Amino acid sequence: MEHNNKRTLGQRFRSIRGQQTIVTVLFMIAPVTLLILFTYLPFAKMIQFSFYKMKYIGRVKWIGLQNYLAVFTPTDIPEDDILGSLKLSLFYLGGAVVQIALALLLAAILTSGLKHTAFFKGALFFPYLVGGIAVGFIFKFFFTHGFVFDTLLTALGFKLSNLPYWLSDERVNNIMLSATSVWRYLGQNIILFIGAMMSVDEDVYEAGAIDGANAWQKFWHITMPSIKTIVVLNLILSISGSISAFEPPYVITNGSFGTATYFVKMDHIAHVNQQVGLASAMAVVLMVIIILVTLLQKAVTHFLLDEDVNGHTYRERRIAKKRAAQDTRKGGRLS
Amino acid sequence: MTNSKAMAPSDITAANRRGKNRKVLVHTLEYIFLAFMTFWALIPIWSCVVTSFKTADEYANTNVMTMPKNWGYFNNFIAAWNKANMGLAFWNSLLVLVVVLTGSILISAMLAFVLNRFKFPGNGLIRNLFLFATLIPGVAMQVTVYKIMYALNFINSLPGYMILLMGTDVISIYIFLQFFENLSVSLDESAILDGCTYFGVFFKILFPLLKPAIVTVLILKGVGTYNEYYNANLYLQDKSLYQVVSTCLYTFTGPMGSQYNYICSGVLITIVPVLIVFLLCQKQIYRGLAAGSVKG
Repeated sequence: MEHNNKRTLGQRFRSIRGQQTIVTVLFMIAPVTLLILFTYLPFAKMIQFSFYKMKYIGRVKWIGLQNYLAVFTPTDIPEDDILGSLKLSLFYLGGAVVQIALALLLAAILTSGLKHTAFFKGALFFPYLVGGIAVGFIFKFFFTHGFVFDTLLTALGFKLSNLPYWLSDERVNNIMLSATSVWRYLGQNIILFIGAMMSVDEDVYEAGAIDGANAWQKFWHITMPSIKTIVVLNLILSISGSISAFEPPYVITNGSFGTATYFVKMDHIAHVNQQVGLASAMAVVLMVIIILVTLLQKAVTHFLLDEDVNGHTYRERRIAKKRAAQDTRKGGRLS
Repeated sequence: MTNSKAMAPSDITAANRRGKNRKVLVHTLEYIFLAFMTFWALIPIWSCVVTSFKTADEYANTNVMTMPKNWGYFNNFIAAWNKANMGLAFWNSLLVLVVVLTGSILISAMLAFVLNRFKFPGNGLIRNLFLFATLIPGVAMQVTVYKIMYALNFINSLPGYMILLMGTDVISIYIFLQFFENLSVSLDESAILDGCTYFGVFFKILFPLLKPAIVTVLILKGVGTYNEYYNANLYLQDKSLYQVVSTCLYTFTGPMGSQYNYICSGVLITIVPVLIVFLLCQKQIYRGLAAGSVKG
């Protein structure tokens, strides 16, 4: 009887394990197949292609590291200067820093107990939901000479004849393109920061108010420390974001007039020139850069931001440990 | 003692008044700054609205920011709809949305279920593979993805495009993974003891509980899919058959490149559905973004 019981339990256990295996395999077939097909297979192929001179169709020739050399060789012909196009990321990085600063300020205002802010919040956020091609047309129209932007500026007293062509004048066009990116993503940043700010305990603010802290002190000493993680994360993400800047020049200027960022150039080389090998090498180089930046981000969050149960970061714990060690040494000498 | 008592009330009211005045001033400045930023957020879109209601004559002869004479002039919208064949575009986009969203949600929820609930060799590896995939910039891969799509005969194929969009979706997986972590395993266990199979546990018990996460994924992935233009442009090359909403605007490049009364109308037609979704689900969108960013 007892023996029998155990066996059925065992059978039952086996059948549950069996079920688990079947469910695991069945549920994973689709996502893993797709992941391999559209991420890892192309990833492997990309590395392979980067050593060949090849088009999409036709003859393939092994050329070793020549594609990589071409990526890193500076030239005076702007069309061929691949590494030089990375300089344009600085415009987007600048834009990203402005964007984060503005988003912090606006998020602080929107959470400061001001009334009737839903409209402002919604209006600031909505550009994030507008599709890329539509954004492209909106800003081609916006920046056309004598159109929207120029009308606003002439209303402020500027003379139309003194205003540059915002999208073709190489002194200003990259700044304008990065501004469109700020236009589009500012609201998303604001929402993220508001989310982080709302998670700060109300009591802490009240305690601050009782101690006579003003708005700025409250922001700097109470709000900032609790949202520093997300701010730093966004700053670091904006590095890889600006290195891989693609959409504004792609949809607005199509990379003309010196606005071709690294990715726009790569897209052109891949799909117009059909230099698949060279484009693959470019992709590999950029990916290595992005992985390095991500590792940096992980390191920063691990050492400076990740807090233990007592709210101390790794760095603070190290300092505390050192101090404790010194104290015990001192203590030892005294006794 | 009496002295200070007599002094106190007037002092406090004076200080209060000063504080109140300061508060009013700060709030006014805050409103002005908000209004200034909101102006810049809306003016590019507003200028489009203004232009799309102008007749060809008005468009040619008035400044772009001059208000249209007749706000009931819808001919530009009709013309844009016909020129860009937007009926077809909306139909295709609807098909893509339905298939991609259904597929994505099922696939990611199932994967998250297995990864969260079962310990098996390779569990960590698969998590890491998906995590690493987020590091690879999408555009960079298109060079070789194109060759694979070509080999699979997925160029100019709506199903091919749908499968591609379903396959490149890591954020949904993370949203579901996070959600499963907060669903107690005792739910599964009691159902299993009641004789339920694991299929039953997933489809009958856990899947309905995922509703908030599903709404988040629906909105985020939905807007993303609706606006996706890069792959659509690359893989749905036969625009007369397979254009979607995001790419139908390409009709207005080339010879029609400066007819902004039509272009703006077209742009607004593509924006209106998103605006409606936004107005209806503002709260969920904000919440979803915050949820999606935690791991992103």
